[in-house]
Amino acid sequence: MGRSVRTALFGGSSVRRKIFPYLLLIPTYLVIILFIYMPAFDALYNSFFRVSVFGRRRIFVGLQNFLSLFTDKDYLYAVNFTLVYTGTTVVISIFLSFFLALLLDQKVPGSKIYRTLIFAPYAVSYAVAGALWGFLLNPVVGHVNYLMRILFGIQTHWLTTRPFAAYSLIFASIWKTLPFNVIFYLAALQSVPSEVMEASIIDGANSWKRVWKIIFPLVSPITFYLVIMSIISATFQSFAIIDVMTRGGPGIYTTNLVYKLYLDGFRFQKIGLASAENVILFVMMMIVTILYFTYGQRRVHYQ
Amino acid sequence: MKRSKKRIIKTIVFEILLIISSLLIFAPILLAIIMSIQPPEFVFSYPPKFLPRGFFVQNYIDAFKIVPFARMILNSALISIFITLGKLFTGSLSGYAYANFSFKGSKITFYVLFATLFIPAEIVLIVPLFRIISRLGWTNTYWAMTIPFLASATNTFLMQQHFKTIPKEFEDAARIDGATPMQYFTKVLLPLSRPIIAGAAIINFTYAWNMYLWPMIVAMEDRMKTVQVAINMIMNAESSNNWGIIMAATVVALLPTLILFFALQDLFVKSLVGSGVKG
Repeated sequence: MGRSVRTALFGGSSVRRKIFPYLLLIPTYLVIILFIYMPAFDALYNSFFRVSVFGRRRIFVGLQNFLSLFTDKDYLYAVNFTLVYTGTTVVISIFLSFFLALLLDQKVPGSKIYRTLIFAPYAVSYAVAGALWGFLLNPVVGHVNYLMRILFGIQTHWLTTRPFAAYSLIFASIWKTLPFNVIFYLAALQSVPSEVMEASIIDGANSWKRVWKIIFPLVSPITFYLVIMSIISATFQSFAIIDVMTRGGPGIYTTNLVYKLYLDGFRFQKIGLASAENVILFVMMMIVTILYFTYGQRRVHYQ
Repeated sequence: MKRSKKRIIKTIVFEILLIISSLLIFAPILLAIIMSIQPPEFVFSYPPKFLPRGFFVQNYIDAFKIVPFARMILNSALISIFITLGKLFTGSLSGYAYANFSFKGSKITFYVLFATLFIPAEIVLIVPLFRIISRLGWTNTYWAMTIPFLASATNTFLMQQHFKTIPKEFEDAARIDGATPMQYFTKVLLPLSRPIIAGAAIINFTYAWNMYLWPMIVAMEDRMKTVQVAINMIMNAESSNNWGIIMAATVVALLPTLILFFALQDLFVKSLVGSGVKG
């Protein structure tokens, strides 16, 4: 269809037709610019200042905020704890979910019900996950606490002693992040040719080996995507779990970067310092995003 | 013969493993529901009990007394519905722009949006976002809890992906019938996209309902807080080291999204995977 015919049939002038797509984008970009890009630049700008509590007075301090962060023992501890907490959660969650997806992929009776039960934690919040596990691990009323005592002889105050407070958070995070990973692995497994699946699972004594040698590599693009998503959720979304279960304690034992940022920014009102922390978190986030788009299978193709 | 026998054994092993793992994973939710309807004697018994007896509604009544829970449920519902509708509105419009139009700057703006795909601004940018919201005077309002979340890259891409699958012939036919681009959008494109809209809606609703840190920070007054925050408030309320009450609050916080998930599981899973890995 010729251009002139097209505009004529479409009603309106060609100018209107040209402007139209931009109008469609306005609502989305208003939100994205005002509430993502503007705060990002605001944090970057403020990270070079020392800002008074009410934000009225600001003194340019250059990189001082960043320097004091990197010489702050508590901050470095939070970096370390974030790495350990996120790393442990992601690795266990990925392997466990792959295993569960393999099981769910078998056509056994009742698999629909098992699927529903295993997916269920996806629907609940991180705060709920924290409350549930806080209950299960409670030294007086908790069922998991009881089973741990009976089965392994572990008797402790889970949420308030080292290293159990960290274990408790990791339990809750794995439980919460598992279903998301299972859902994606299951979808990926269903696109693996059924002959490959059959041959790998049913045959021979070394079927386990085949799973790792054949199936796991086949779904590696999904694994990469899930690792990225799990890093993001274990680092950023787990705030609610920490706040409900341990409040970053005992001491600062379970304070991760987001919890530290919350304390500095909102409890202690150190705006400049918190802005610097925020810039660092944002940069970490961008690195993860860039990693994903550089090495990951393209999630969305632009045309 | 040997092969089929092996198959049966495998099936039984898988079945048992599945029963154990699905029960273990669902147990925390189930136990919360059980404890929420049991009296303190039951909740505090040692060794802990698993099977419920009778129905004890007092925990729920107490939860509503400790915090303004009814109001908080209303807050959560209003906020989640508003965010859901907003994301569908902005996402379908911008998705339409990218799917059906070629225009100058489409590539660069697309990447500007693309870059924000994984960013939960309410966490990653919480300090500056809070400053902006305070300057606008929006603390303790619904605006603070909704306006910043009315658009997302995910929604735009989900819609764009879907609109691209709709044959061009529809657009041509609409054009020949004299429909404007907007009429084509509302009369043809949207009705053809009902499943994807429903799928995006439940994902958006779940995300909004489950937000925690941001509502906690911008709502200082109890009457503006959400159910997720209420869990922690009830936990901290000194009078109620009673896990029955805490679990009652937890159940209220988890039930809407859990029911939604049980009712629409297939749609949920399909849209989640579609938003994540569609090529």
